[in-house]
Amino acid sequence: MPVLSVRNLSIDYLTRRGPVHAVRDVSFDLEQSETLAIIGESGSGKTTLAVGLIRLSPRGTKVATGQILYTKNGQTSDIRTLDDDDLREYRWAECAMVFQAALNSFNPVITIWEQFLDTARAHGMKDRHKVRDRAAELLDLVHLDAKRVLPAFPHELSGGMKQRVLIGLALMLEPQLVILDEPTTALDILTQRSIIDLLRQLRQRLGFSMIFISHDLSIAAELADRMITMYAGRVVERASVADMFYRPRHPYSMGLLRAVPRVSGALGSVASIPGSPPDLMRLPKGCTYAPRCPYAIDACREADPPLLPVDTPRHEAACIRWQHVAGVLGSDAEVPVAEKLA
Amino acid sequence: MTALIELDRISRTFETPDGPITAVDAVSLALESGEAICIVGESGCGKTTTGRLLAGLIRPTAGRLLYEGKDVWKTKGADLARFRRAVQLVHQDPYASLNPTRTVYQTLSAPLFRHKKARSGRQALASVRELLERVELTPAENFITKYPHQLSGGQRQRIAIARALTVDPKVIVADEAVSMVDVSIRISLLNLLLALGREFGVTIVLITHDLAVARYFARVGRIGVMYLGRVVELADTESLVADPAHPYSAALIAAIPEADPDITRSKRRVELRSAEIPSLLRLPPGCTFHPRCPLFEAGLCDVKVPELLPIPRRGGQPRTGGREVACHVAVRERTAEPAAATA
Repeated sequence: MPVLSVRNLSIDYLTRRGPVHAVRDVSFDLEQSETLAIIGESGSGKTTLAVGLIRLSPRGTKVATGQILYTKNGQTSDIRTLDDDDLREYRWAECAMVFQAALNSFNPVITIWEQFLDTARAHGMKDRHKVRDRAAELLDLVHLDAKRVLPAFPHELSGGMKQRVLIGLALMLEPQLVILDEPTTALDILTQRSIIDLLRQLRQRLGFSMIFISHDLSIAAELADRMITMYAGRVVERASVADMFYRPRHPYSMGLLRAVPRVSGALGSVASIPGSPPDLMRLPKGCTYAPRCPYAIDACREADPPLLPVDTPRHEAACIRWQHVAGVLGSDAEVPVAEKLA
Repeated sequence: MTALIELDRISRTFETPDGPITAVDAVSLALESGEAICIVGESGCGKTTTGRLLAGLIRPTAGRLLYEGKDVWKTKGADLARFRRAVQLVHQDPYASLNPTRTVYQTLSAPLFRHKKARSGRQALASVRELLERVELTPAENFITKYPHQLSGGQRQRIAIARALTVDPKVIVADEAVSMVDVSIRISLLNLLLALGREFGVTIVLITHDLAVARYFARVGRIGVMYLGRVVELADTESLVADPAHPYSAALIAAIPEADPDITRSKRRVELRSAEIPSLLRLPPGCTFHPRCPLFEAGLCDVKVPELLPIPRRGGQPRTGGREVACHVAVRERTAEPAAATA
C-alpha cells in the first residue's frame, strides 16, 4: 500500500488573462521509505505540485481535478477533502515540508528554541521540558550542538546550520513523509555534501518517505529511488533512478541529462536543449516538448501522448518516439547519456 | 611574453564595523590573450572581489593590476580609457543588470554612441543587428524592439553579453554568468562565451561556484581554486579534476554530487577535520585551511603561510601549463616524488 498516491491531479492558477495550467494530470505512488525525486526546469510545475500536496497553494489557485490519497495504518483519506482540523494534523505531523527559501523560513526575531516551542505548541505539546528534550534530541540527530544552537537567533547560524535546524524541525512529530523543495540549492559544495549525507542517514534510521523537488539532477542521483521528470506541468517520464539516468526514454529527460557536465570521468557530449519551455497559457497542440525535440515527427504535433510503459511496466514515458530514443541510446547499462551520444 | 592582463600580489581589504576584512589576499594571476580560465570557490572565498579587481572596478589596497604591462591604477587619460573598453564585466543576474525601461536597441546602442563606434542611427542599427547575430539571437529583428521583461533569462544573459561586446573588449569577466539560467540552456551560454574567445581572441574569465561548469568551460584552459581570499591551486583543468594537489581542491571534488548515480554513490570522500569555515574577521594563522585540513602538520601549517609554488605534473605528460599549489605538504611530497620514483 503506498503512503501517498496522487491520482490525475491538475492545478490551475487563475489570472486575469485566464487559467494557467501549472500542473496537468499528474499521477504517482510513493511507497513506505521510498525517495522520489521530481525534476524539471523552472516553470515545469514541480513546486506547484509539492505545495499542492499539503494544500498550501496560494490564493487564486484552483485544484481542478484529482485525488491526493494518504494512507496511514491501513486507513486512506483524500487530502483534498480533509476539514481544517484534520488538515492541520496532516501537515507537519504526517507530512512535513522543508521549503525552497529554507534560509528565510525562520522568524528572524525569535531564537531557535522559541521556533521549536512554537511548532510544538501548535501541535499540542505543552510541556516545556518535554519540548526541550525533544529539541535537543532532534538537533543531535542533525549533528548540531543544542547548547549552542537553541539560544541563537537565525541570523547567527550559517546557511548549512539553518538547513539542518529546519530538517530537525520537520522531523519533530515523526512524520511519515517529508517533502523537500530544492534542499541544497544556495548552499556551498561542502555544506551541500553534508546535507545530502545527513538526509541519507536520517532516512535509513527513521524510515520516512521523501519527495524532493529539484532542478539539480545530481541530488537525484545521490538520493532518489525513483524519479519523475516534469515538463510544462505534466509528468513526461517516471522511472527508477538507474533507468532514468542510464536508459531514459523521453527526449526531454535525455536532454536534461546531457545538459549537465560532470566533474569525474569522461566529459562526453554535453549540449543544451534548444528553445525554451512553452507558455503555460498557450500550450502547443500535441506534445508540448515537440517544438524543442530533435526526434519530433508530424504525429507528435497531433495529440499529447499519454504516459505509457516502455521497457518495463515500472518505467513509463509520454513519448510516441520512445523506441527511437532507445535505439539512439542503445542498451548499455551504466553508461551516462552524454557518453553514449558522444 | 607579457601577459595581457595580470594581477600582481593584489589585495583588497574592506573596512567593516567589526574590523578589517581582507577579501582578496596577495593574489597573482597572469592571463594570456584568448585564454579561457575559471575561478572557483565557495561563497566568501573572494572570487567576486577578484573579478572586480581584474575589471578595475575597485581599487586594490596592495599590489598591482597590469594591463599590457602597465599599472592600470597609475595610468590616466587615453590609456585608462583603453583599459576600460578592453575589460568588460557580465553580471550574474540578467534580471537586474539590464535597464527594464530600455529596449534591446537602446541598451546596445548607448555604448556604441558613447564610444563613437556609431555616428548615425543607421550605423548603430547595423551594429546592433550584428551583435545580436553574434550572440545567436536571430532573426535580430525579433529582438531589437523587445524590452527585458519580454525575454527569457537565457536571452537576457545573451543581451548582457552583447552589451559587453559593443566596445570590442579584450577581456570579459563573467561573474556566475550562467548560475541563474536553467540547467537545460547553461551549456549553450558557455559555448557562446567560448566561441567569442576562439573567434575574436577574447580572454574569458568565468567566476563560478560550480566545478562541473568550470570543468566544461575551461576544459582546454585553467582553473584557479580560491579559499578565504587566496588562490590555493592553479592548474590546467584536467590535472586539477583528475588529480587535485591541494587538500581543499581534493575535498571539493570529492564532495561534489554528480549527475550519475553509480559515480556519485561510490565516490571516495575526503574527511575534513572541521566543517566550519573560519570567519574572515579572525583568520587562522599560517595556512588558513589548516584547522580543516586532513594533511595538517603542527608547527608548520599553523605557523607559515604557504606560497603558491610550482609542482611537476604527474604521469610524464608534456608541460603545457604550469601547475601551482599553495600547500607545504603537497609541494614537499610532489617535488620529492620523481626522485623517489627514479631511485
